[in-house]
Amino acid sequence: MLNLDAKIPSGPIELKWQKHKFEMKLVNPANKRKFNIIVVGTGLAGASAAATLAELGYNVDAFCFHDSPRRAHSIAAQGGINAAKNYPNDGDSIFRLFYDTIKGGDFRAREANVYRLAEVSNAVIDQCVAQGVPFAREYGGYLDNRSFGGAQVSRTFYARGQTGQQLLLGAYQSLMRQASAGQVKLHPRTEMLDVVIVNGQARGIVTRNLVTGSIETWAAHAVVLATGGYSNVFYLSTNAKTCNVTAAFRAYKRGAGFANPCYTQIHPTCIPQTGEHQSKLTLMSESLRNDGRVWVPKQKGDKRPPAQIPENERDYYLERKYPSFGNLAPRDIASRSAKEVCDQNLGIGPNGNGVYLDFADALNRVGAKVIGERYGNLFEMYERITADDPYKTPMRIFPAPHYTMGGLWVDYNLMSTIPGLHVIGEANFSDHGANRLGASALMQGLADGYFILPYTIGHYLASAQLSDVDTSHSEFAAALADVQARNAKLLRLKGKRSVDSIHRELGQLMWHNVGMSRNAAGLLQTLQRIPELREEFWQNAIVLPASGEEFNQELEKAGRVADFLEFAELLTRDALERRESCGGHFRNEYQQEDGEAKRDDKNYAHVAVWEHKGDDKTPERNIEQLKYENVALVTRSYK
Amino acid sequence: MKITLKIWRQKKADTKGKLVAYDLNNIDPKQSFLETLDTLNQQLIAKGEEPVAFESDCREGICGVCGLYISGTAHGPLRETTTCQLHMRTFKDGETITVEPWRAKPFKVIKDLVVDRSPFDRIIQAGGFVSVNAGNAPDGNIVPISKKAADTAMDAAACIGCGACVAACKNGSAMLFVAAKVAHLAHLPQGSIEGQKRVRAMIAQMDAEGFGSCTNTYECGAVCPKGISVDFIAEMNRRWLGATLFDSK
Ligand SMILES: Cc1cc2nc3c(=O)[nH]c(=O)nc-3n(C[C@H](O)[C@H](O)[C@H](O)COP(=O)(O)OP(=O)(O)OC[C@H]3O[C@@H](n4cnc5c(N)ncnc54)[C@H](O)[C@@H]3O)c2cc1C
Ligand code: SF4
Ligand code: FES
Repeated sequence: MLNLDAKIPSGPIELKWQKHKFEMKLVNPANKRKFNIIVVGTGLAGASAAATLAELGYNVDAFCFHDSPRRAHSIAAQGGINAAKNYPNDGDSIFRLFYDTIKGGDFRAREANVYRLAEVSNAVIDQCVAQGVPFAREYGGYLDNRSFGGAQVSRTFYARGQTGQQLLLGAYQSLMRQASAGQVKLHPRTEMLDVVIVNGQARGIVTRNLVTGSIETWAAHAVVLATGGYSNVFYLSTNAKTCNVTAAFRAYKRGAGFANPCYTQIHPTCIPQTGEHQSKLTLMSESLRNDGRVWVPKQKGDKRPPAQIPENERDYYLERKYPSFGNLAPRDIASRSAKEVCDQNLGIGPNGNGVYLDFADALNRVGAKVIGERYGNLFEMYERITADDPYKTPMRIFPAPHYTMGGLWVDYNLMSTIPGLHVIGEANFSDHGANRLGASALMQGLADGYFILPYTIGHYLASAQLSDVDTSHSEFAAALADVQARNAKLLRLKGKRSVDSIHRELGQLMWHNVGMSRNAAGLLQTLQRIPELREEFWQNAIVLPASGEEFNQELEKAGRVADFLEFAELLTRDALERRESCGGHFRNEYQQEDGEAKRDDKNYAHVAVWEHKGDDKTPERNIEQLKYENVALVTRSYK
Repeated sequence: MKITLKIWRQKKADTKGKLVAYDLNNIDPKQSFLETLDTLNQQLIAKGEEPVAFESDCREGICGVCGLYISGTAHGPLRETTTCQLHMRTFKDGETITVEPWRAKPFKVIKDLVVDRSPFDRIIQAGGFVSVNAGNAPDGNIVPISKKAADTAMDAAACIGCGACVAACKNGSAMLFVAAKVAHLAHLPQGSIEGQKRVRAMIAQMDAEGFGSCTNTYECGAVCPKGISVDFIAEMNRRWLGATLFDSK
């Protein structure tokens, strides 16, 4: 049984965080330098945390497998970041951002965490402005806002179509400042392969240097994982190629509970797959839905070019089905609706796997110049990939795996079930519930890193009993030996199939059976198929070169795919056990008559937290009951 | 399509490398250049040969990791396009394409097409930031910034740190990369306060890393996938001159 005490402070929701900040123990400033903290991952969450912890005076070791912290997957976020500033004077407030986020997550997130996220969101924007993030401005010099999927207020801050890039560069630059001050030691091109637990506390990690291949151990007083999400379990996704689940999964095997792995987000506006060669899918920012109208022909198999299909033969299905939100309906709804029309053979494009996103009306209304200012770089990117010009013909879009709401379980202090192991950003499960609204992941990553973890980790360090432990401790040697043995096993793979081809096969299986909609039969079939695929991997994969003492990308991939092959089973099991539909988890068996998701609050208003019981044992499902005191559990309707 | 790839193969930093030719048939014009390298690697693995090491991550033109020298041009023949955004329809059927890593003294080859760009991180460490701690920033609207200044800052901030500018320059100069960061921060009030110190420190670090000097041939601007303007180099020179002449420290 896992101890799932979420440690939510008592009192009214508006005061919980204030109260908690006051009640937490502090580390004396002079003592901070006596503590070493390991931060794994230098995306938005990790870089902001590592920089802030260093500013406070802790000694930080920051690890990433990228060649530079600046390349973390966060760099790719296009659309924007939310905050409750209410600059546009359209009725936004901390409570409204909180409410929208809880509702967007289909009432499967923890109230207290989400309220705190909304509360610190404003400070995140201020911090980024101070760092020199060039947010878009109005002519009067003030910050500009736009609206984003799932919200009726304009609360999204952006930097052209490169918001993630600019936010990450801001955090990266703060990290570099601390590196030059000697407060942070950077370890790029270093992959974490295990956590080391001593006396029940996380006290270090095992890594592989990706250039020399040397496997090393590192000790610290606390470990922070900021290692991102696992959408690449689907192989094709909008995530960067190296995103993976390894760090979180190895921590799970050491005792960290894994929460809601089946909550994955499928993004509605990606460029459809064109062929077998495809290595990843490209996202077209959701902001496009502010001006683009989604439609398909009314007639099945209508192969006419879009311009030749008259208005009355088009079905603007989102506007028809969801009149108040229309094209801005939340992602799960927009994605599922796209799949529905394609399943009815109304899909467009060469493979029938797309719907139109049409800018003709907006171009008529405001002109090409304005549209170019808003989306120019996205249009260009689209044209580069598809050779179609969206100023002239509608874009073709289709849903793709994009974000994972599941992750390691953490309490209000962002600590996992392993004391001393903190988890932030996309790697934890916390704030998004069963679905994530646009522009909320960047907000959460930075809120965790700049404004939450630096407080709560201090409390841990000040209150935990921490003995003197260094890498000479036997637990380090044991973890090191495990990693070495596993690497050696991978290097012995001398079969016929590339690691990629097995990953691709796993991805297909997951996409078809555990993707946008799921049912018991498909899930059971998948649970049977995954072990077979795992067997195929260990019997028939090949890793070349067969040496670990050098730069070896196939070895890196093999380790990650091996973990995906085990994790996929956990994800599928979680989907099977959640007998309801909510947010990004849609079970065909549980839908309303009109096809909308049918949630079961009586039995499933909880977090499912999986506990590893041994490699050949079924994991145990624990639950954290969710309590709603400030919002009523209403059916989520965007009609 | 049929394509011949002549690829630089080099086992380690200190071993000798050479170009090796590979023939590929059945390349779909819709696939990207990196997907063609993927295709090649799948074929090599099937034959039990070592795949070609190359880096990529976002495959969306934004992380800056994928730069390759393609038939003599950094990031290949299309303007303002990263290697990952280059598609095979750009090439002719039957074409031979030479693929090499960035060649610049400060960027050491790690393996095949992979190079070490950590000198860029050290240049940023020298001063490419605003010295602000988390927690005390005033409201973001307290300091209004004109749209023009914010746009110019963004133009410069768009640099993805790919290193094509260095690779294309006959002197291996990092001026465009450094100028982009200097301009990004200098155009904003928050960053301008440390402007003089920053420009001196970053240029000094650039020299220490062994990057060459700029002789205004502007190959950098021609290959930059983000269209960073070479005007920023002139601007940086002005700022640097100002900083060295008029700053007492
Ligand atoms: C195309 C795209 C567009 C998006 N647009 C938006 C948007 O507009 N708004 C929004 O709010 N969100 C957006 N998102 C989501 C958002 O970008 C991510 O959820 C967020 O950036 C994740 O940040 P992170 O810091 O948690 O992880 P990441 O940025 O993924 O960072 C992970 C870090 O961990 C390191 N790492 C991982 N595993 C290991 C290991 N084993 N050892 C060592 N290091 C490791 C990596 O090197 C990296 O530094 C978008 C996502 C995508 C894919
Ligand atoms: S200035 Fe351009 S070419 Fe140079 S690193 Fe930046 S993006 Fe690449
Ligand atoms: S792979 Fe990221 S820019 Fe090309």
